[in-house]
Amino acid sequence: MVFLIRVQLREDYSNLIFYLSPLVAVALTLFFGSFIFLILDLSPIESFKIFFISPISNSYGISELFVKATPLAIIALGLSYCFKNNIYNIGAEGQLTMGAIFGGGIGLLFNDSTSFFLLPLMILFGAIGGAFWATIPAILKTKFNTNEILTSLMLTYVALYILDYFVVGPWKDPAGYGLPKSMPFPDAGRLPVLIDGLRVHIGVYFALIICLITYIIYNKTLFGFKLKVTGLSSKASQYAGFKYKNLIFYTFIISGACAGLAGLFEVSGPIGLLYRDISPNYGFTAIIVAFLGRLNPFGIILSSLLIALTYLGAEDAQLFLKIPSAVGFVFQGLVLFFLLGTDFLNKYKVFIK
Amino acid sequence: MQSIVEFKNIHKSYPGVIANDDVSFKIREQSIHAILGENGAGKSTLVKILYGHVKPDSGEILINSDLAIINSPSTAKNLGINMVFQHFSLFESLTVAENLILGMNENISLTRLKKKSKTICDKYGFNLNLNSPISSLSVGQRQSVEIVRSLLNSPKILIMDEPTSVLTPDEISKLFIIIKNLVKDGLTVIFISHKLEEIINLSDYVTIMRNGKVVSTITTQNEDPETLGYKMLGYKVSKAKQVSDINFSEEILNIKNLSTQSKDPFRINLNKINLNLKKGQIFGIAGVAGNGQKELMEILLNENDYEFSGDIIFKDSNINDLSTFQRKSLSISFVTEERLGHSAVPEMSLSENIFLSMNHKSEFKKGDFINFEKINSYASDVIKNFNVDTPSFNVKAGKLSGGNLQKFIIGREIMSNPELLILSQPTWGIDAGSEAFIKKTIVELSQKGVSIIIISHDLDELLEVCHRISVLYEGSLSNPLNVENINITKLGKYMGGLFD
Repeated sequence: MVFLIRVQLREDYSNLIFYLSPLVAVALTLFFGSFIFLILDLSPIESFKIFFISPISNSYGISELFVKATPLAIIALGLSYCFKNNIYNIGAEGQLTMGAIFGGGIGLLFNDSTSFFLLPLMILFGAIGGAFWATIPAILKTKFNTNEILTSLMLTYVALYILDYFVVGPWKDPAGYGLPKSMPFPDAGRLPVLIDGLRVHIGVYFALIICLITYIIYNKTLFGFKLKVTGLSSKASQYAGFKYKNLIFYTFIISGACAGLAGLFEVSGPIGLLYRDISPNYGFTAIIVAFLGRLNPFGIILSSLLIALTYLGAEDAQLFLKIPSAVGFVFQGLVLFFLLGTDFLNKYKVFIK
Repeated sequence: MQSIVEFKNIHKSYPGVIANDDVSFKIREQSIHAILGENGAGKSTLVKILYGHVKPDSGEILINSDLAIINSPSTAKNLGINMVFQHFSLFESLTVAENLILGMNENISLTRLKKKSKTICDKYGFNLNLNSPISSLSVGQRQSVEIVRSLLNSPKILIMDEPTSVLTPDEISKLFIIIKNLVKDGLTVIFISHKLEEIINLSDYVTIMRNGKVVSTITTQNEDPETLGYKMLGYKVSKAKQVSDINFSEEILNIKNLSTQSKDPFRINLNKINLNLKKGQIFGIAGVAGNGQKELMEILLNENDYEFSGDIIFKDSNINDLSTFQRKSLSISFVTEERLGHSAVPEMSLSENIFLSMNHKSEFKKGDFINFEKINSYASDVIKNFNVDTPSFNVKAGKLSGGNLQKFIIGREIMSNPELLILSQPTWGIDAGSEAFIKKTIVELSQKGVSIIIISHDLDELLEVCHRISVLYEGSLSNPLNVENINITKLGKYMGGLFD
């Protein structure tokens, strides 16, 4: 048999390059991204300016950057628990939706409340909703050995249809001209903004707190140690006496709760009510954010800002360059592709003969 | 006869270690040339350089007096150099022939390959059915597959890395006959080993390495194990002799009618195993690999929650249903056969690997937080007390050589003061120095009242340290033999499954 390309595991691959490769991936994305603009007959430099610089050249833009980065960071931090444990929960979008339904449901149920406790209760139910939705693939995996990638993904669509049912059915706003949306949450159920007139909200603090807690868990606690061992070698994890099934549950619940939290923040923050399209694929994009941040809590904060910028850039590009906002997803895809590529080349040598 | 390989001033250093320091010697054509040395002496690095697996920092290799630049294993193969590794790389579910064709560089049809392989098997007496799956083969047969795979490339030079460590005495003598015949037909064999007697029996020349340097290259003829051992280590090895089998009374472990009924074709079922272990006793479980050792160890460690019938009684209480964690908390310690990825995680530091096995100990935890200070000091103690050669406890476990890592793992378990220590293949694939140290440690430990079970296919090792030996054959365990007045013929029969 003759192979044109052969790969060989490197004896000791570099840790430094492991942490630098996201930068390489971003550089490659920009380089190849410029060809996309060229094909579209646009000047790459002008386009990049509109895409990556003008969106954050004023205080509104920077506020929007944090609005987008907050859910991405919270979800990605949660997902990092699963990914570290070699569990591939890709259903964060559904868990986000369920969090919005549970937490938002509380807001609609007490829609005349002025209590200070309404918002904390909504936040709590948001987390519970996400965790509940994530428990289902965990049960299926531990009891029936199903593949969590498939079940968590399929449950995403189930959750989206449940939301659909509520906003066109029982929760439809009677004064909403028949549009598929709920009535707005009461003021007590709205997430406080940080700066008057801008949309950036206190979810930012949650993201930073979750980041710090995650850092401490990963580096100082037995639970973090269990995740690390299990991710590196399942046999060693058994030898150490760690219960893999329990870890599956814990990591699913944590990541589900984070996604649910992010979902609730979206609906009680920038949106203010429930309707069909509460998330521009934050749950899926957060997967890229988690890996681009190397599953490191601080790395995830940085990568969430970068990916949030692609969302903003795509909106501006649509407005000023008259190109579809899907270009933003193309950039996200390119980043992931080049990141996986650099990781692969860091781990393996490639020979061409 | 001229020299087929010549190493000239080979240097290779890794961060913190010089693996090969000015290594120069010649290997004669059509000879069996042994390379002897302690673990970390640089013998593996040297042959990996010859095989193109590792690049030297400086120095030259001459093949048939011509300068050879060997960048990769395929260049080595083109020069007629092949290697049989210590760890096999075979696909379990594929047949022998399929595995053989995967190793071929040239295009060849399966029928032609089978014909060619058959000729080789018949000529040298490899007893292989080309159509059976690898999973049905014994360890010895698997090695034969590896050797035949190398021979199919018609090599001039064959490197064998510790080939005898997995074989029964009978298989070893068969292998030696094969090697001698191969050499008669023109092959040159480079044989790496740390077993002194084997080297004397088999090889024509031996190069002794110590700390990356060549001590000397000599003809083997005039050597005996003692002089060779002295040259290898720079000091004399003393054998760990177990004291006689006296007044064992207190029962520690009692296994009654342990059986499994797994339908998995890749698992050996255990059949009514009975074992009785007293305080301070060392119990050896002998037998050729693949007779249920792995399964027995898994049940003792309670990995994967395998179902079994029978009882495991530790100090008068039944521990059938206790988890690994609970068993460890009862002061039972385990050292598994696989070091990397089982009893240690290669990507983690030595300190973290301490906690891997000691996470049940409350002294290493403050609530849910890890007490790294305590763990680091425990790790330093293990490194100091068990002569682990490493600059610090922050070094990744995967960077340690086999013998060093094994000393570290066994030290880790011993320092936790276990009452029962269960070891699987404790000295497999490690150098003579570490091996002697580990054996001595085990014997001393038993004298302090610790009960020990050793599962091993190295019969010499078991005879050296154990009080009692039973043989595991196809999932059944023979009655124990007392080592002090052991009948070797009987033991041999047991190894072949002839017991009730």
